[in-house]
Amino acid sequence: MANIMYWEAIQRAHDEEMARDPLVICMGEDIGVAGGTYKATKGLYEKYGPLRVMDTPISEGGFTGLGIGASFLGVRPIIEIMSVNFAWLAMDQMFNSAAKVRYMSGGQLTAPCVFRSAGGAAHQLGAQHSARMEKVFMGIAGLRVVTPSNPRQAYGLLKSAIRCDDPVFINEHELMYNMKGEVPDGEYFHPLEGSDVARAGTDVTLLGYNISVHWCLKAAEILDKQYGISAEVIDLYSLSPLDRAGIRKSVTKTHRAVVAEEDEAPVGVGSEVIAIINEECFFELDAAPVRVHSALVPQPYNHTLEKAAIPDHEDVVKAVLKLFGKA
Amino acid sequence: MKIEDKKRVLREMVLHRRFEERCYQAYIERKIGGFLHLYPGQEACCNGVMEAARPGHDYVITGYRDHVHAIKCGADPKEVMAELYGKETGSSKGRGGSMHIFDAAHRFMGGYALVGGPFPLAAGIAKAIQLKGGDEIAICFLGDAANNQGVFHETLNMAALWKLPVLFVCENNLYGIGTSIERSTAVVHQHKRVAGYNIPADECDGQDIDIVYEHARKAVDHVRAGNGPFFLELMTYRYRGHSMSDARSYRSREEEEIWKQRDPILMLRDRLITAGAITLADYEAIEKETDAYIENEIIKFAEESPEPRVEDLEKYVFADRETQLPWLTGKAA
Repeated sequence: MANIMYWEAIQRAHDEEMARDPLVICMGEDIGVAGGTYKATKGLYEKYGPLRVMDTPISEGGFTGLGIGASFLGVRPIIEIMSVNFAWLAMDQMFNSAAKVRYMSGGQLTAPCVFRSAGGAAHQLGAQHSARMEKVFMGIAGLRVVTPSNPRQAYGLLKSAIRCDDPVFINEHELMYNMKGEVPDGEYFHPLEGSDVARAGTDVTLLGYNISVHWCLKAAEILDKQYGISAEVIDLYSLSPLDRAGIRKSVTKTHRAVVAEEDEAPVGVGSEVIAIINEECFFELDAAPVRVHSALVPQPYNHTLEKAAIPDHEDVVKAVLKLFGKA
Repeated sequence: MKIEDKKRVLREMVLHRRFEERCYQAYIERKIGGFLHLYPGQEACCNGVMEAARPGHDYVITGYRDHVHAIKCGADPKEVMAELYGKETGSSKGRGGSMHIFDAAHRFMGGYALVGGPFPLAAGIAKAIQLKGGDEIAICFLGDAANNQGVFHETLNMAALWKLPVLFVCENNLYGIGTSIERSTAVVHQHKRVAGYNIPADECDGQDIDIVYEHARKAVDHVRAGNGPFFLELMTYRYRGHSMSDARSYRSREEEEIWKQRDPILMLRDRLITAGAITLADYEAIEKETDAYIENEIIKFAEESPEPRVEDLEKYVFADRETQLPWLTGKAA
């Protein structure tokens, strides 16, 4: 096991796959000569050259479509969109071309591309650089959506996404690139479907993904130590498809559920997960499931307002205590 | 073009025209649903360019007015019609429809329904060719109105920057849906718009196949020789409306008649008659044989083909699951 950072894990997956297959390429803004805004492609330009490590113009719709077109001929592009906020400009190509081409060609063409993008609120980046948009991607037929919460997943999910014949969107987080964690020394492929039990427990299920897994883990510790509540934490690394069986299994055991997301509530991960709970195990519930989410505002610049807009582990603790009638 | 090739192309163009007219009829009879965009009037564009290229070898991509481009690349007209009928035997197994004809075996990479959407896809196909080192080129056929999308400019920039082997063919038919080019676009002659990207460009009459062929040959040779992209604008006209719901209220019948005086098929026919290569009776025989082929084989095949099974509704959303298990679940099948 190597203890490496999230960005190093992503870089290693790129490097291994590019060394293995000359048709694996990567493209995006500043990923080559500059080494990548979050260093996820550091050193690759020097190793694989400009034909395979493409510094693109700032044309998200154009270069995303270009990567998708190349994938029709078996090229496996890893397309980095620097910030998920810019992905709006590329969504036409992602959704109308990549996600639909297999279906509308009756299985003749497929778009085996990987889209990587950093989402989430970092430090005072304001309304147009702080969005979480996983809710938009996870509603699209033909597109897989995964979101790594640690370096092991960041490495293994990217490896699997590159090999998979379906288009995959990988939602990363700006605050997590320097997070350290254990990654297997040998080659490792994390499944693109399912969920992980990040912490076992018996009294309540905390469902999170990406950064909110860490709020849930911290909350679970507090609940255990201060309140004697045993929380199970489910890491929903696959947002599309969501792991119905994993959600059912945990909630059937604990009879209570809290979903934590950094995004705003409407039409989001929480809404979807709670709908699944209702469909899968409504009569197992001892209390109505609860969502923890950000305020429905464009992300404010001011530090105090920004903090107020975004939930954290304390909000998860509060939500659980309310469920138990302790708040 | 040699005289024998011209005779073959005349026969193909008659098929293209009659096929589309038969689609019109089938649409009226409600055998074809959805939107239907027909090609009559523009036949010399696709045929002239593809005669200069290598159908089935070069990759072709286009918008929603795509039936003829698919057939020219080698798609079986029976399967194209079956697609329009929504049948399981259709080019896209009935999942695509008129706007999404695909024939990957003949390197027809599809019809797409977002105006301008194919521009970057074409450049991507060219990028793949460049990486693999083949002698194919990518050919992107789109209308003039697509050039008002942002991705047109983004794609031209990248294609020039990376010297991608892609030929952009602009079929300038003077209308974007129901708005004339003068009312939507500051520059009518589209080849002028690419000068800013250092891409060589050319413009010619899109109704005379001999002229299209000569210009296309230079364009294709330029791209195939590794000189990067080329932009070819063909001045043409669609006889029918944008789609079937279009009553053409935005233009005059007189204007349409002027264009019909220079019909691409009749010009080629008359030239071949003047050259003594065919007689009028030969041409009339071609029309008759074509109609019989359409009725007895193409329409019959489409009519008699089975519908897709409802159980297969979700087939083709994702790759065949069994083949993907190592990546989806961590376990091989």
